[in-house]
Amino acid sequence: MSEARRFLILGGIALAILGMSYGLWYAVFAEHQALDGIGSSLATGFSAAAEKNSAAAQAALDQYREAKYRYDRQVDAHGHWIGLGMLLIVLGIGFDRLGFSERIKMLLARGLLAGAVLFPLGVLMQSSSHGPLPRAVAIVGSGLVIVSLAGIALGCARGDTSSPSPAG
Amino acid sequence: MLVLGGIGLILAGMIFGDIFAVFVLHQNAAHVGASLSAAAHAALAGDAPTVLASFQNVGGFLENRGTKVDTHVHMIDFGYLALMLAILQPWVGFGERARRRLAGVFLIGAVLLPVGVFLIHYVGLLYAPLQYIGWASIFADFGGLLVLVVTLAYLGGLFKRSGGATDTAVVDHLLAERGAPARLLLAGGVLFVLIGFLHGAYYAAVDLYRHEALDYSILSEMSAGAAGNNTAAVESSLGNYGQLQGDKAVKIAAHAHIIEFGILAILLAFFQPYVGLSDRWRRRWALLLLLGSLLLPVCVLLELRGGMIAGGLADFGGLLVIVALFAMWVGIVRYTGALDAAAREAR
Repeated sequence: MSEARRFLILGGIALAILGMSYGLWYAVFAEHQALDGIGSSLATGFSAAAEKNSAAAQAALDQYREAKYRYDRQVDAHGHWIGLGMLLIVLGIGFDRLGFSERIKMLLARGLLAGAVLFPLGVLMQSSSHGPLPRAVAIVGSGLVIVSLAGIALGCARGDTSSPSPAG
Repeated sequence: MLVLGGIGLILAGMIFGDIFAVFVLHQNAAHVGASLSAAAHAALAGDAPTVLASFQNVGGFLENRGTKVDTHVHMIDFGYLALMLAILQPWVGFGERARRRLAGVFLIGAVLLPVGVFLIHYVGLLYAPLQYIGWASIFADFGGLLVLVVTLAYLGGLFKRSGGATDTAVVDHLLAERGAPARLLLAGGVLFVLIGFLHGAYYAAVDLYRHEALDYSILSEMSAGAAGNNTAAVESSLGNYGQLQGDKAVKIAAHAHIIEFGILAILLAFFQPYVGLSDRWRRRWALLLLLGSLLLPVCVLLELRGGMIAGGLADFGGLLVIVALFAMWVGIVRYTGALDAAAREAR
């Protein structure tokens, strides 16, 4: 197994395991409470509106916005880590077909893995901070994934420069 | 085991998704809209108990929708993972019996989680041992744990083999396949994944924060309208909220589906030597799969403007993918059946 291919496959499985572990923890310890919080703040807001208490309604909707913002990002991080992990595995399996040198393949593999770790991490960081750093991490991560993927698509188009060889 | 189980899971997940899209999704969205409208009108009339009752209904409908989406997504994703792990088997440094057991446990977990998630809406907290978590959730989480443990074991097996002194070159003819159907699926798959990522980046940059701000401002207008007895403001907010939810749903669904279909196409490219059909038929099924994979997300995106026609075409795209995938599954069954027959004859 070539170095770049091994790097992507092992990295992809590790990333999928990270996403699954996080998802399992979230489902057991946080998700039900988060959904309860979203539902109850929305119901409280409209109940306050029924009592013609605009200030209380607004306060409850502010809570709803914050709870929904956090929930969406926590679920997105879980889904994207696993999805990107699987993408890394599947691209790793066919990585030797790219029409690039080993050095470029390794560069693409590193860029893809770094992006696949950083992008959901940035999204997850947004659930605890509204500052610019989490967004910057997510943007850098997604940029790395897209650029690396474009490189891999180009490598696919160029095709395998070697003849079919054993996969080992 | 992993190949047939994986494709079976993907097929089951897709058929479930198609049934869900046709018979549940739109009706459910209408129920959510009607319950939200009832809550807003109750708030307008100053009827707080009806507001709470309506929101309980909204919660029930959203749970029904959410658990079905999760069932669909997890079944397909576990199918993909099974296929990938199947390809990696030659590099896993365990004996045949251990690998077979791991595959069995993986498939049990991969079925248990989506079935458990599906049952959450129906079982609820009946005889629940915990405050928030019912038995269906517990079984679903246990299924997830099984999949997680097996994936960890496979990772250990890969490390064991790649670090072992007995490491020898593995000859895998699957990965040496260079036929036209495999090339078509590989190139199409990578292209779809790239398009999906670009669309996701565009959505994050242009729509995500706008949608979140709109979600909050529309609900605020609705509640302020109800508190101020302004019926027109409530009605207008309800209409805007429905449109926003629709816009959000189609964009996220298009993004997710094109990437998932891209990964599926890449995976199926590797399995083409196992598809016991003529080259011409393998090329036809590959083209049909790519056509359906493109048709579904594009038509989902057009659903808000194209209405039922776009929705119908999207469902048709999903059907094309299912048919092509089923044809390849049959091809793999034919191939493995022929291998078994040859082995029996040799004995």
